[in-house]
Amino acid sequence: MIKPPSDFDIELRMLVEAVYLKYNYDFRDYTGASQKRRVLVAMREMECNTVSELQSKVLHEPNGFAQLLQYLTIPVTEMFRDPEYFRAIREQVAPLLQTYPSLKIWVAGCSTGEEVYSLAILLKEEGLLERSIIYATDINPKSLEAARRGVFQLDRMRLFTENYQKSGGKAAFSDYYTAAYGGALFDRDLIENVTFADHSLATDSVFSETHFVSCRNVLIYFNRTLQDRVFGLFHESLCHRGFLGLGSKESIDFSSYAERFEPLARRERLFRKAMS
Amino acid sequence: MSGYVNRTVSPERQLAPLMAGRHIELLVIGGSAGGVDALVGLLPTLPAGFRPAVACILHVPADRESRLAALFDARAALPVVEAQDKQPIQPGTIYFAGPGYHLSIEDDRSFSLSCEAPVHFARPAIDILMESAADVYGEALAGILLTGANYDGADGMCRIRERGGLTIVQDPDEAQSSTMPLEAIRRCAPHLVLPLAGIRTVLPLLETP
Repeated sequence: MIKPPSDFDIELRMLVEAVYLKYNYDFRDYTGASQKRRVLVAMREMECNTVSELQSKVLHEPNGFAQLLQYLTIPVTEMFRDPEYFRAIREQVAPLLQTYPSLKIWVAGCSTGEEVYSLAILLKEEGLLERSIIYATDINPKSLEAARRGVFQLDRMRLFTENYQKSGGKAAFSDYYTAAYGGALFDRDLIENVTFADHSLATDSVFSETHFVSCRNVLIYFNRTLQDRVFGLFHESLCHRGFLGLGSKESIDFSSYAERFEPLARRERLFRKAMS
Repeated sequence: MSGYVNRTVSPERQLAPLMAGRHIELLVIGGSAGGVDALVGLLPTLPAGFRPAVACILHVPADRESRLAALFDARAALPVVEAQDKQPIQPGTIYFAGPGYHLSIEDDRSFSLSCEAPVHFARPAIDILMESAADVYGEALAGILLTGANYDGADGMCRIRERGGLTIVQDPDEAQSSTMPLEAIRRCAPHLVLPLAGIRTVLPLLETP
């Protein structure tokens, strides 16, 4: 039974197409239900009665698209989110990374940077940070800006500290930040070798010969077509037997790349490129 | 004494006219405080071979691995699993929303997960599952809202009604927590208000032979 699309669905498709044509941001293969809700929020906040009105604003007003972009992306993250993921990296991935003289790590969809700083801390404690280059990428320039700044709300430190300890952290978490600018400013040393870059998993190509790609809670917003593209990118980017980490509810099982990665820690969503 | 339940007509007879010409393919059941106990009284009564899919959502703490699917799988005649991202919805299967993520239903009748902000302090939120299900299933959807201590679910039940779906709310007078059913009754005039025993009676009848 196929029902005709509603006016809203039609307008939404046109908005997404317009954004792609004019700004080259490709949201065409994002999953529908959550995108629909975010556009509704954008309409409310940007005071538009219809999606067409929103589209007009996005096309013709100087700040329209920058504003919309903040609603279309979801900056929900925390440091050492899902501590068992970081514990598994520490215990099962880090020992293997030790065998490489230099490392390239890609945090895809790094949002406001919490995960980049978390990984940097972990790598530092495992003696790997100095030999690592980290690419931290996102499509939202505002999020990247926040990530570069590395100042997080002080009232979140309690949660972050708890996560850090559960993840097997080896130091006192407070050693990594100082209270400044009305928040917790993280050590600049941590991001000395981090390159923050504007990058779209939907339209851009890869960083080559990476050893570890961490991409968490990004793929759930993509449909299967785009998920497949992204798994393809990661497969191409990773070196022989490289590692891939996903969000706690993300799976490679339904993708056409299922056979080309093998689980290293299934529950923690860590995978390894299969022998080819 | 209850002002909400029609006690002069049996639940079966109340349901019958609502089922005319209706072919239900998905049930969405939401609950919060007291919801586990209520579901224990409901899900095991669904017979093996029941064809509609069932999606359940209870507010559970985000930091805990949900054992709801395992708990009910041991008691129900139908298979019970935690809904996975991009998983196609199969008939005759009971799905539970896992902790920490919103659960939605896509146009191609698969599940999707997301991390948007909590709704009514809840993630997963009943509203989000019900609204997205209503958009996709329309008249082929039945929404059941059980006991709960917050306002989540009322918007979802309203959307189900707007899209032509069937709406059933637990009698607030017997619900462990009446806030959630009361808000839904106030906001969207559900088709049926029934005590759990009545919901148990109509549940297997939601399948059209």
